Parts: sequence; structure tokens; C-alpha cells
Amino acid sequence: MHVAESGDECYTVRVGGARLMTVTHIREICEIADKHCDGHLRFTTRNNIEFMVDSKDKVEPLIQDLESRKFDGGSFKFPVGGTGAGVTNIIHTQGWIHCHTPATDASGPVKATMDVLFDDFKDHRLPAQLRVSLACCLNMCGAVHCSDIAILGYHRKPPIIDNEYLDKMCEIPLAIAACPTAAIKPAKVTVGDKELKSVAINQDRCMFCGNCYTMCPSLPLADQEGDGIVIMVGGKVSNRISMPKFSKVVVAFIPNEPPRWGKTTDTIKRIVEAYSAGANKYERLGDWAERIGWERFFEKLNLNLPIISSMISVIPPTTPGARPRSSSSNRSRFDINQSVQGEAMRPPCHLSKRG
Amino acid sequence: MAKHATPLLDQLESGPWPSFVSDLKQEAASRAKNPNNVEFQVNQDCVEDILGVLELSYKHGRTHWKHGGIVGVFGYGGGVIGRYCDQPEMFPGVAHFHTMRINQPGGKYYTTEFLKKLCDLWEFRGSGVTNMHGSTGDIIFIGTSTPQLEEIFYELTHNFNQDLGGSGSNLRTPSDCVGSSRCEYACYDTQAICYALTQEYQDELHRPAFPYKFKFKFDGCPNCCVASIARSDLSFVGTWKDDIKIDQEAVAGYVGGEFAPNAGAHSGRDWGKFDIQKEVVGLCPTGCMKYEDGKLAINNKECTRCMHCINVMPRALHIGDDRGLSMLAGAKAPILDGAQMGSLLVPFIKAEEPYDEIKEIIEAVWDWWMEEGKNRERLGELIKRQGFQKLLEATNIKPVPQHVQEPRHNPYIFWKEEEVEGGWQRDINEFRKYHQR
Repeated sequence: MHVAESGDECYTVRVGGARLMTVTHIREICEIADKHCDGHLRFTTRNNIEFMVDSKDKVEPLIQDLESRKFDGGSFKFPVGGTGAGVTNIIHTQGWIHCHTPATDASGPVKATMDVLFDDFKDHRLPAQLRVSLACCLNMCGAVHCSDIAILGYHRKPPIIDNEYLDKMCEIPLAIAACPTAAIKPAKVTVGDKELKSVAINQDRCMFCGNCYTMCPSLPLADQEGDGIVIMVGGKVSNRISMPKFSKVVVAFIPNEPPRWGKTTDTIKRIVEAYSAGANKYERLGDWAERIGWERFFEKLNLNLPIISSMISVIPPTTPGARPRSSSSNRSRFDINQSVQGEAMRPPCHLSKRG
Repeated sequence: MAKHATPLLDQLESGPWPSFVSDLKQEAASRAKNPNNVEFQVNQDCVEDILGVLELSYKHGRTHWKHGGIVGVFGYGGGVIGRYCDQPEMFPGVAHFHTMRINQPGGKYYTTEFLKKLCDLWEFRGSGVTNMHGSTGDIIFIGTSTPQLEEIFYELTHNFNQDLGGSGSNLRTPSDCVGSSRCEYACYDTQAICYALTQEYQDELHRPAFPYKFKFKFDGCPNCCVASIARSDLSFVGTWKDDIKIDQEAVAGYVGGEFAPNAGAHSGRDWGKFDIQKEVVGLCPTGCMKYEDGKLAINNKECTRCMHCINVMPRALHIGDDRGLSMLAGAKAPILDGAQMGSLLVPFIKAEEPYDEIKEIIEAVWDWWMEEGKNRERLGELIKRQGFQKLLEATNIKPVPQHVQEPRHNPYIFWKEEEVEGGWQRDINEFRKYHQR
């Protein structure tokens, strides 16, 4: 409930929604808003729908109406929740329904995850709000890099080179320039009796980002066995108590398991339960993990999943402000793991005191 | 009877969370029945084919959508994303199935009248499938054919007073939080500035001339509900300069249990009686609060305005009156060289129409980025490559202590000649007068 300085009251009822919605569903939303809210509504940045009324006696009939509506398949159309110290709706991307680069689906894993976390969508039992996001590839069209729990689609096989068509389909220099690890170089190949212009890929340098594929359709990398999900945790965007934080990799890979992604949702449920049991009131997941230490965090999660060496981020002391180091020892042309260290004057991403 | 069997997708119909599969099925049924005799301009059974192609992806573990190709509307370089199915014979209804991005209204507020008009248009000239909303904030229309693009664009711009959003290497559709329309934390009118800058930068939004994408997001306070600090090349985060306003009676109300802390956000568990010392004073990141003799005091000079105390006791504590915003630069997701959080560029600036000061900074940032940025290099990457100092020079902003997150660990400073008294040109003979060889 919000009270304006004028004394006017605004009661908001928030409901979850699949962000993928049809006009039939939107018309039903309109019908509800016409019936209860004088024809007004809004959506939140996290794909929730908010119905607002101007007096308290209108709230209960609205909630009852919303909760009574179900799809033929049995799921709620408009579950009320997503507020306070609980789980709210998942920010996500397109996935297999309409994107050309995904390493996993979006709407499916989101539905499966929200089914598992549904009680926490309705409840306020967690230490603080818990933001879950999903991005179906490294482009991360969602704030996955700063979420309490992030579900990220990831490829694990380098591109297949469609030599016969590559020069006809692509600007080779753009494909080469697109690679962040400089793994692609021009090459001449023989297809049948013809010598064709194409590219060669240093597969050991590939980080599977798919950026080359975005520039060149003749370098597809999607693969049923290769693609799957990375789980990252501990990010946040709020400045409350501590600075905004990036999400960190805690599970390097879980295979895609359509239609319900069981291992992914089990892992997420386990993370939520461990956080719920361990964190203090107001403490976000990342703040909790940092307080107890990541070693203890992994211990509490008890995931029985291997820590692979690539997950270990050791940041050796660099020499800030000195000339850039040779990056020959690094896999990347950029200092992906060391980006937070090396600058002379690294301005804050946070608030400042004023004197 | 469904056109394609979808045994895998059917398993996503159960469970409590709204099922997109059930929703797609009801749309497919509605199109098949067509009770309003709509003259569908794209295949009547295209939603059946969406379900079919998605089922195939569930079977194959791979997408069946191909790259864009150049489709769009006349005069605009963005707003439409070309999309083609890689199994057009199996799924002719979605063979050509482009996405349109529609600029969402401020705060994502709608009248049902407008929404229904959008639905009618999209049912008539598209698939009837949408995203409400895409990650950047746009309304997304999923699936139409090339000939429909101009028709939809004309209808939107001429009859709906509505516009396409951004895509490609241009300004992406700016987005905002709910702001002062319904939030007591809003330090400025996010919707007003979002609208004003969207109008001002129409050219940048629709005609790609940038090295890469560029995002504006407007957060009314440091809670950052639209994630501007993590997701936008220029983030506008509301803040204030004077003191937090304290209502001691309401403080007593929280202490006495009359009001639930954090507006009842923790109601699902018994956390014990509200303890202002532990939950507010003790969690203040700068330790600038104290609670003595039933009175709460804040040393505002030491406050970083993190919002925790205000979030916990919104009836008792209120943002100050000298309000404005901080501008941060360079946030982005990991592609290509790692994720970046926004870096503070302007500690405080007033957010007042016509926003001339803010526009001046935006345009200086763009000038620098367009001059120096490489193809597909985000602003944050340019800042990293050339140094934040270059951004300060480009925007003519003087370095201040607020710019320093952590002072440097070594003294190897590359002084410039003009920064050193007397310059660098010296006479060896003069030196040798005092120092023999």
C-alpha cells in the first residue's frame, strides 16, 4: 500500500506472469483491470503485473478473482506474490522460442524453476529478497551478471566451420575480429576440387561465446551434448548495505534436461534452502557467502559437483597503473579475470560521501 | 486437434507457475476458431508451428532459428529483428517470423484501451505472441512477415501515437523505474526524464551510427530496481545531498511494534521483536547512526545513502529534499571482455527540465566514444582500454575524491609535462654548472 502526500491511498496487487504471453492472455488482463481497476495496470521490470485499486475494500475481491483463474493445463494464470523477502519473477531471455544463439531454452527452465520456488514466490520467509535471472547465452540479455541466482546457458564446443559456404555467407574479417581470444584466423581450404577462402579456429583458445556466430552464420556452435547451464550466485544491483556485486560461478556445467531441467532446479532449490537456513535478516545471498567464506558456502551447499580448475579465480597482485602486461599467458586478449584490479584510478560503482 | 504433437512441452503445463505452453495453446485454439473473423495477415496456424518448432528444439537440444538478415521499416535502422526458421518446410507458419520492438510507456503503465488496441493490431498483422516485456524494456512482438512490418509501423506511428524501440548499434529504448508515480524513495521523476531524452535522441535511437549498442536506464534511488548500475552504459541513479528526514514518532512506532519493518517484507518468518539497534543502527555500512534515549540520530555527513535504514523504516525516514541524480558510466554484461559495473562519473546533478546539463554530458560521452570506440566496443570497454581519465577529459569533468574507489597501490604515475612546474625541457649546460661530469 502506498500513501501519497495528499493522503490518497493506492493498493497494489502484484501477480506473476510468464513474460511470453499471447494477446488472448493480455485481453484477460485487460478484462480484470476493467473490472477492478478502472482500466489501468502496469508491468514491473521483472515481468510481474500490478493491479492497483484506490481503497482497501476492493483488494480482497481482486485477489480472489486473480487466484481463481487457471489455464486449462492446471497452472495459475495470475498467482499473487513476488513481494518482500521472497523470490520474485525471473528476468529472462528468449531461448529456443525465438533466438538464434541460445545454449538453453528460457521459458522452459524458468517455468520449471518457478514451479520449484513457487512457495517462496508467495511467502516472505527468506532473509532478504532473492533475485533469480536466466540468460540463454553469454550475451546475457538480462541482469544475470548481477543476480542472487543466475541460470546461464553455455556452449562447450567450438564452432563447426561450414567451409563450403563461409565466404559466401560472411565477411571473414568481421568473423575474425569478433573473436575475443583471437582464436580465428583466415585460411584457405579445399572443398572438392575447389580452393575456398575460409577460417581456421584454434580450438584450445575458444571460450564458446558465440560472438563469431553472431557475425557469421557459417560458424554454428549449438550442440545437444555440448550445451547446458552454468549456475552463478551472489550478485545484486542494489546499493543497500553493501556495494552492487557480480554473480560468481558455483556450478560450472549442468546438461540441458528438457522439459523440466531437474538437476538445474534441484541445485537452485538447494542453494535457496542453504541461504534461507544460514543468512541473517536483511542479508543478501552474496553478502552471506562472503561473510562465511566461499569455502564454507560450497560445504553448506553439498552439491557433490566437481570444482573444476577453471572455476578457481586466483587474482595475483598486479602492478596497477604500470604499462599493460603481456597477455600471452592469459587465455583471453582481455584480462577477463583481472578486470577489477589493474587501473590507476578505478572509480567507484557506488555511492560517495559528500563533505 | 493440435497440428503437432508436443509430448515434451505438455509436461510444462502442470505445476503452479503460469504455463507459457498452456497460453500458446489457448492462442492457437483461438486463432483456429477465430470468433471475431479476423483476416489474419500471417498464417492462421503459426502458433501451432511455434509449438512445433519449440518441441523440436526440446528434442534436439538446439535452437531452430536462424540469423536475421536485413529487414526493417523505411527510415529506421533498428526496431525490427529478422528471424527465420531453419525448418521452413516442416513449419511454414513460422518460416519468416520477425521480431518487432515497441517502445514501452514510462513506468510500464497502461490503459486497457491502449493494450487492447495493441492486441487487435498484433492478432491481425502478427502471431499474437508477445513478450511483456523484453529485457531492455520494450514490448516485444514475436513473429510477423516482412510485408507486415511497414503496415504495423504505420499503424503504430500514425494511429497509436507510438514508436518502435531500438536495436542494433544505436541508442536502445531507454527504460525507467516506477519513480515518483508510486514510490516514496524516488529522488527525481524518472518517467519525465526518460520520456524527454527518448524524444530528444530520436535520431540516435532509430539510426544506428554508434560503435555498438548504448543503453540509458533511470533508477529513482540507489535501490536500483531497473538495474541501471549493472546494465546501462549511462546509469542515472537518484540521490540527495541534504539530511535524511526523521519522524521520531514513527521511529517509536517501529520500535514499539506498531509498524512492521521493511513494510512487512519479512512477515513469513518469526525473526523476533524488531531490534532497531541490531537491524538498523548495527547494519548501517558507515556506522553513522545511533539510537539513544528513544531518539534516532544520523550523522548525515558520513552517510552514503545506501537506503537500508529508509527501506526498513519507510514511515520514519525519508529521503532529503535537495534531490538529483548520480550519473555512472560503462556498465555492461560480460560480452566481450567481462561484465562491468557502472563507474561514478557525476556525483550529483539536478534532474530538472530541460535537462541541459545532463544532455551536455551525454553528448560529450558520445562524441568521445564515437571518435575512439572500435566496432562493437561498448563504452565500458573503451573506458577500460583508454582509461577513465580520458572519459573525464572528454566530458570536461574535474577529478574529485568521489571518483576514487580505491587509491592506487603504487606511485608509478605518468605525469604529463603540463602538470609539472617548469616543464620538461632543461638545459644540460645549466645543470653541469652545478654537477660535474
